[in-house]
Amino acid sequence: MKKTPEPVQVIKQRRDRALAAMVDGVPYIRFLGIRFDRRGDELTGILPYDDKLIGNPQLPAIHGGVTAAFLEVTAVIGLSWTMIWQDLEAGRLDPDHIASGALPQMPKTIGLTVDYLRSGLPRDAYARAFVLRSGRRYASVRVEAWQDNVARPIAQASGHFRMPSAFTPRTRSA
Amino acid sequence: MNLTELARQFSESLPHARALGIRAVTGTPGTVTFALPYDERFIGDPATGILAGGVISTLLDTSCGASVLSHPLCGGTTATLDLRIDYMRAATPGQGLRAEAECYHVTRSVAFVRARAWDEDGDSPVATAAGAFTFQMVEEGQLNIAGQRRPYSDAGQV
Repeated sequence: MKKTPEPVQVIKQRRDRALAAMVDGVPYIRFLGIRFDRRGDELTGILPYDDKLIGNPQLPAIHGGVTAAFLEVTAVIGLSWTMIWQDLEAGRLDPDHIASGALPQMPKTIGLTVDYLRSGLPRDAYARAFVLRSGRRYASVRVEAWQDNVARPIAQASGHFRMPSAFTPRTRSA
Repeated sequence: MNLTELARQFSESLPHARALGIRAVTGTPGTVTFALPYDERFIGDPATGILAGGVISTLLDTSCGASVLSHPLCGGTTATLDLRIDYMRAATPGQGLRAEAECYHVTRSVAFVRARAWDEDGDSPVATAAGAFTFQMVEEGQLNIAGQRRPYSDAGQV
């Protein structure tokens, strides 16, 4: 007998709750105001414009450090998301546990090289991460940020990350 | 202008550096140091209270930019072209950070910079950075941005 597929709302809620738990628990992500838009397993980071993000007030332009931070946050969340996706979908990871603070360990940044292509204008910015390789110990990610026009990136970065020692998500009871 | 004062004015003119509480400590020709206080709003790992990498990137980027402006041949503004950041270890929770940046070489249009950041343990750096910045070299006989006149290269000759 064929198994009845899960209702779409149940699937969406589970995925959105797991993502929100991962993102909302980090004070610095809240400080910068970064959000994530999810379409299936694809994530887009959104950095809504705020006056406090400005570096050079004469231009004005977003601080280069903010651009680097936005790219790094998008890379780490993108990488964590690909790590938890399979467990989440297979039911091995309970989004309620994540929501209650039992966050899976995040990958740690080893190094990040940022290329500044255009100055960041005082408006919203977007970023998307591409996991180039994800192994047991290390992962490599490329990430790109743009504003009005996706074909005109403002910055890109590539980084190497140390994966959590054993990626078995911590649960509340275990 | 005194270079510590120049570094201070620079960081105070950047809204985001102010938002993070970054302040200039010292400025000498081509080398500057900045400090950033620990703040719970900048935590990247809520389980441990470790500061986010992005905060350290911003401290390093700000310091690198200021070191370019403090270079004796700097005649204008600067912007980051590329910046590579390596994280050696997690910053100790509760401790502020200090960064030193050095602009070690300039051409007419590019400045090369390196920087390091420490927490209260001054022996082992938390992160290092290396990058290239845009550069506007001051013309001979003109004033650099610190208000010092660049001598003519044939000064003293007939």
